[in-house]
Amino acid sequence: MLSAVGSSDVPRRARGALEAAIMDVLWQAGRPLSPGQVRELLAASGDATARQLSYSTVVTILTRLHVKKVLARKRVGRSFHYAPLADEAGLEARRLTALLDGSADREAVLSRFVADLSDSDEELLRRLLGSAGGRPGGDAR
Amino acid sequence: MTLPLVVCLTVLFPLASMFLARPIAARTDPRWGTWLLTGAAVALAACSGLALTLVTFAALVRVPFVAALGRWSPAVIDRGDTTSAVLAIVTGLLLGMALTAAARFALRRGRALAEAFRHARGLPGRGQVVVTSDAAADAYTVPGRPGRIVVSTGMLDSLDDVGRVALLAHERAHLSGQHYAFTSAARLAAATNPLLRPLAEAVEFTVERWADECAARVVGDRRLVAETIARAAVAAKHGGRRRWSAAMLGAVFPRPDGGPGPVPRRVAALLAPPPRRRWILQAAVVAIALAAGVLAVEAARDMHELLETARYPR
Repeated sequence: MLSAVGSSDVPRRARGALEAAIMDVLWQAGRPLSPGQVRELLAASGDATARQLSYSTVVTILTRLHVKKVLARKRVGRSFHYAPLADEAGLEARRLTALLDGSADREAVLSRFVADLSDSDEELLRRLLGSAGGRPGGDAR
Repeated sequence: MTLPLVVCLTVLFPLASMFLARPIAARTDPRWGTWLLTGAAVALAACSGLALTLVTFAALVRVPFVAALGRWSPAVIDRGDTTSAVLAIVTGLLLGMALTAAARFALRRGRALAEAFRHARGLPGRGQVVVTSDAAADAYTVPGRPGRIVVSTGMLDSLDDVGRVALLAHERAHLSGQHYAFTSAARLAAATNPLLRPLAEAVEFTVERWADECAARVVGDRRLVAETIARAAVAAKHGGRRRWSAAMLGAVFPRPDGGPGPVPRRVAALLAPPPRRRWILQAAVVAIALAAGVLAVEAARDMHELLETARYPR
């Protein structure tokens, strides 16, 4: 796993959510952003954790996303600017997703790993696994 | 071929199988369960279709015009069982509806499968697994030749190493077991006779269980697989997966009994001891399908004999 490039002020679990928040900011911006700009936009967002991120944490997460080939970066002056990489896999997945949107039958031929979970299902899962296994899934944010 | 026989084949046998579907899905070894339930659904659908066809046909050959077409003697045919015109009209209508529903379903599902196969080919790379850069946790298999497995980075991030092994083993089991063929066959059967729907739903559950058990064998720990499924389901729920499946089955149609959904049932099954083959349950399903088959074939043979006797010598 790539999370070895960690930073200590972010709990390990929260990283997925922070990555998602940063990706959202970059998608919405629609242009390459510097870590500082990302941090400003994050601060303006509603996410409580994301608002308190330090500059170095933002840089770390952006670097990680770049290593994962999720983000492209180019050097502008002394720092890097980051933009979502319109990678083939991502595009294809989005195309597939758009296609699937329309029809229940297309959904039916794909086997999802996990079906949708209702609130009572989630509660039941916690009860089933609660005793010895800790909390199922942990909190993503 | 009369009313009781039609009712038996189109209503009673499917109803009986309906009550066995849930316990088999919950308790029996999922591979056997999948084969049995799919086989029963297809057999019962064929039998109820045959029953409808026979009754409708038995009435049709009494129409002088049809008898003349088939060169059958009305006098001989009248010696056969009587079929009321009302019953024949009802069965004729039901048969028409069943055939239309089957054709429509086959067309829709065939198209969806063709599209999935095309996408499996079109997905980037040559590897079996395609990782998409998507923070939302999601994973699914796309049937094809070869089929592909799509996993989002969000899903990979929410699992540990063992969890990822379990996830891939589960999805690979779907592909190598051609699970889409079972679910499609059972759904096709259910399209012709709505009473078979519980069987089709049970098959959709047992293929998941089948894949779970394969994952448990690969990982070597049932509890770890159970935890992985729970973790993935929770991550998918809270990780902002695009809701393109929200309008699908589970969300739109409330579960008939308001009971737990498939994920907790899968987890519970993995936490329980490994499933065994349940001979009595399995024999009951086979007996129902066999009885239906014998009845239907007998009726068809009677009909055939009657028509043979009634045919004017050339």
